[in-house]
Amino acid sequence: MIEFRQVSKRFPDGTLAVSGLDLVIPARQTTVFVGSSGSGKTTILRMINRMVDPSSGSILIDGNDIGGLEPVALRRSIGYVMQNSGLLPHRTVLDNIATVPLLRGAKRGTAREHARELMAVVGLDPNLAQRYPAQLSGGQQQRVGVARGLAADPNILLMDEPFGAVDPIVRAELQVELQRIQRELGKTIVFVTHDIDEAFLLGDQVALLRHGGILAQLGAPRELLDNPADEFVSGFIDAGRPRSILR
Amino acid sequence: MNPYSQAFAWLSDAGNWAGPGGIGWRILEHLDYTGLTLALAVAIALPAGLAVGHTGRGREIVVPFTGALRALPTLGLVTVLALLVSSDLLAPLIALVILALPPIIAGAYAGVQAVDRDTVDAAKAIGFTGWQVLWRVEFPLALPLVLGGIRSACLQVIATWTVAAFLPLGGLGRFLIDGLAIRDYAQMLGGSLVVIALALAADGVFVIAQRLATPRGVRAARIPDAPTTTHQPSRKEIPWPEPSA
Repeated sequence: MIEFRQVSKRFPDGTLAVSGLDLVIPARQTTVFVGSSGSGKTTILRMINRMVDPSSGSILIDGNDIGGLEPVALRRSIGYVMQNSGLLPHRTVLDNIATVPLLRGAKRGTAREHARELMAVVGLDPNLAQRYPAQLSGGQQQRVGVARGLAADPNILLMDEPFGAVDPIVRAELQVELQRIQRELGKTIVFVTHDIDEAFLLGDQVALLRHGGILAQLGAPRELLDNPADEFVSGFIDAGRPRSILR
Repeated sequence: MNPYSQAFAWLSDAGNWAGPGGIGWRILEHLDYTGLTLALAVAIALPAGLAVGHTGRGREIVVPFTGALRALPTLGLVTVLALLVSSDLLAPLIALVILALPPIIAGAYAGVQAVDRDTVDAAKAIGFTGWQVLWRVEFPLALPLVLGGIRSACLQVIATWTVAAFLPLGGLGRFLIDGLAIRDYAQMLGGSLVVIALALAADGVFVIAQRLATPRGVRAARIPDAPTTTHQPSRKEIPWPEPSA
């Protein structure tokens, strides 16, 4: 369980990215932060692994204030998947997946063996193990990114618009795969997107943010659809509607 | 006989190659000076360049500073230092190390800066420490550009050590200075051809090293040359003592 208590973030340039966020992210479920750019969703995500520290307020993981934890150790215990895969271009697929276990002191052989298993989990052809990221398609790179995020068997998986840069068909495939993986592994997934359809599809709980990192509404997709809190929420949902209908 | 056939005759005379003071010996001396100069310059410039590239701090100091270093006239610097420092080797050594610093700093800095920021950010986010980011991510990816900077410095150093021969030192510059003193133009031209050959050979070694240093995963991309801010020495800049009237 991840808890935000009155968390605000003001960047040195004066931008208020998150203001007074109070929120609980339940364990073993998928919570999706959705909003336009400037809604602070990525900042919120990056505060969970201390890539960004809040200006005020506190964040607790299973009751422990992460402000007192060592950032590097914290990051190694949390999976992280980003939009442009962020893979190391000079390492093979297998070594990229094995990165975090190796940082944590696992033996190379064991880490690689486990990486091979993870390739199967995320639906990657085993023949790709010795390829380099530049030799993969965008969708394959994102699968490697997900496998890397899972490699240290973290309880929490942070996903920052992981499917934002792939084409719609591949995105739909990856979304289905993620749902399958989540059914099998039951991680606490924190997912950031600007796509309301993706949020409703993947989220057990959806947090809709307005500009400046203010929580507009938090709830299950059904609740947001049936009882939008205000015009902003219904407007944001309706903006995605035509595509839902056409699909 | 034209000067070139005279020079080739001088070069093909086995007697000119043998023994202390022979061409072979002078090449070794020249490589010795060059190696020492580069080792010292790398020891100073590489950490500086990597640190600026990694932290992004100190850029506004280092960039103009390296520019200013480049503007120093090497021959003048050697002369001033030779008057200040008693040791014969030390004066040109200091001057040439200073000459070699800017391209190496620029190469290291540019190499680290050129690494994709997303890659670095992701490495941090999954739990690399600052040092691990530098040595396991930035440095391997920057290495071809780092070597490009050293390559550029190496060419300048090989060319410029000839200047040191106006001091009582060895190296290939001896043939130029001694040849000039006795108006033996075959020796001068032959000596310069050896310097050119040596510079080309060293450049070839660096080309191969840069290719080998390019990680396989990024080899598809073009092998970068020395950073564009690093200039190659032109002929005008290779100091050439004026013939005395």
